[in-house]
Amino acid sequence: MSEREFWPEGVERCDLGKFLAWLGFISIFLVWGAYGAYKVLGTGIGVTALDNYFGFGLWITFDLAVIALGAGAFFSGFLRYIMRIDELKNIINLAVIVGFLCYSGAMLILVLDIGQPLRAWFGYWHPNVHSMLTEVIFCITCYCTVLIIEYVPLILENRQIAKNRFCHHLAHNFHVYMPLFAGIGTFLSTFHQGSLGGMYGVLFGRPFVFREGFFIWPWTFFLFVASAIASGPAFTMLCATFMETITGRKLVSYETKKLMGKIAGLLLCFYMFFKILDTYAWAKGILPGMGLTFDQMYNSAAGYGKTWLWVELFWCGVIPAIMLVTPAVRNRPALLYTAAILDCVGIVINRFVFTVQALAIPVMPFDQWFSYAPNWAEWSTSLMIIAYGFLVMSLSYRYLPIFPQERALNR
Amino acid sequence: MQHMEFKVKWGMVIDLDKCTGCGACSIACRAENNIPPMQDASNKLRTTDWMNIYELSNGKKFPDLEIAYLPRPCMQCGKPSCSTVCPVVATTKDEEGGIVSQVYPRCIGCRYCMAACPYHARYFNWFDPIWPEGMEKTLTPYVSARPRGVVEKCTFCHHRFNAAKEQARMSGADPLDLPEDAYIPACAEVCPTGAIVFGNLKNPEHRVAKLAASKYAFRLLARLGTDPQVYYYSKRDWVRQLGDNYLQKELKGGEHV
Ligand code: SF4
Repeated sequence: MSEREFWPEGVERCDLGKFLAWLGFISIFLVWGAYGAYKVLGTGIGVTALDNYFGFGLWITFDLAVIALGAGAFFSGFLRYIMRIDELKNIINLAVIVGFLCYSGAMLILVLDIGQPLRAWFGYWHPNVHSMLTEVIFCITCYCTVLIIEYVPLILENRQIAKNRFCHHLAHNFHVYMPLFAGIGTFLSTFHQGSLGGMYGVLFGRPFVFREGFFIWPWTFFLFVASAIASGPAFTMLCATFMETITGRKLVSYETKKLMGKIAGLLLCFYMFFKILDTYAWAKGILPGMGLTFDQMYNSAAGYGKTWLWVELFWCGVIPAIMLVTPAVRNRPALLYTAAILDCVGIVINRFVFTVQALAIPVMPFDQWFSYAPNWAEWSTSLMIIAYGFLVMSLSYRYLPIFPQERALNR
Repeated sequence: MQHMEFKVKWGMVIDLDKCTGCGACSIACRAENNIPPMQDASNKLRTTDWMNIYELSNGKKFPDLEIAYLPRPCMQCGKPSCSTVCPVVATTKDEEGGIVSQVYPRCIGCRYCMAACPYHARYFNWFDPIWPEGMEKTLTPYVSARPRGVVEKCTFCHHRFNAAKEQARMSGADPLDLPEDAYIPACAEVCPTGAIVFGNLKNPEHRVAKLAASKYAFRLLARLGTDPQVYYYSKRDWVRQLGDNYLQKELKGGEHV
């Protein structure tokens, strides 16, 4: 049986040699990252550049960023299966795989990040109901399981696997129950996206991230949910475009992409409205209440200047929000993609400053600013996760029918 | 989280006008609590000093320049920022005189408590502890050695509290009403200038309770609301003012000022 018979019905793929060369290239990062992971697990996270000031660094930033960007999965699922926006069926499979990769990747990084990986299960065994991180641990693992459940039927749809009657029926039944999983996923995802924000918002010893509460949650709970759903669809759409560029084939219609851009744009407007209000209230209310000024929160010499704030709020916030809700802009691919990239970059900056800058700022009046730069061990393992994403996505693209429009678009 | 109050509240008052910054408290703490020597201590942000000493300055030029030294143990906050965030209840504020405990075998090393603590009083074990040959003879048998990958911190030498309670029980006294100096941590015991005073903040007979009530006493970052059980004491305005963040218009500083 030739390898071609594993491809989805009626599509074209590059020849096997080229594909293997591509996988070989990806493997360079996988091997380098595996070496980093071996060092980290073998000798502890002392091999990283983290220290007692920066207990959180690149890894946690990476985790939070990919979890936000992976929100396309739950939000597209919610819109497709619960709000019944039918057009999204053309991109929902991709959204599921991107979500799965983001979440499983984040969990792999977390295993490296905690000092005692063998005790990772303590989060379930000795849960602290007061801790936002407990909620994150529960929701993130449950949601990752939901994503696996959503991914399995896609694997079962491989042309050869689907020939097996049992697999075929199993895949069919999974699809029947997909709205249920979409609902569970939406519930779980909303909570942990929020709790990730809540994790920072409750740090009343850190004025940079501390926020007042709304019920039991600080404001950041809601801001993180909003920013995740504002960037997730944009990221999924960019992933589709990136795959089209690499493979040279049309995978998703531009109409569907525009719809994803519109959804992201509307949500980004919603998010930016509250984010700007939040920033104002924080600068005018919370900081003075703690005896601090806005200026004290920034330090260019240490690498944490106000530029980050303006880039996040204006260039990667307000500008893409306006662009994405403007139909004339969305009709021009280059502008749509630019706006989507800015949107995603803004969210990554947000997660970065909440993670790293928050720890760099001296809280005691006689303390000083510190800087942090990740080292090879953190980069290699983070790149390994990206490479793992490329690997799974490449295999999925080659062998699974994830793009329902592909055949028609390339006729 | 609501504020925790217990019958006994162990506390400390550190007189910053007496402290010379000699570092004896820090060394005593290391020896008493089995803090291993570091292979390479060049990165000061990776060291483990449960009792860290900060240098404070009035910011003026010589000859008006003044310096003060501020030893910083764990503040044993009444409303700890660390324990509520810990996902696995590895750190709690408990009945033991309000000392914030740290359960090493349960800690998963997520370092969220470190991010929460504004005093930087928590330390992560970045490396496996390595004890030079012969040092095992000097280790304190009542203090566990911590493995790589967990967070640790000052516990007010909690093992000494246990010993004092046992002693009290054996002699028929009330372990919840220990006399002054029946239990003191290593840092307070060793301080050559007597700058560190330790005792039950709820016992008005204890010196620590009287000093804490003084108008010259203040606590670090009091306005954050962590309610520390460590007080500082100084008659110098600028020192008290450095205890918290103050805006230009509210330049007074110091809790009681
Ligand atoms: S590092 Fe340990 S004590 Fe601190 S929050 Fe994590 S599990 Fe709890």
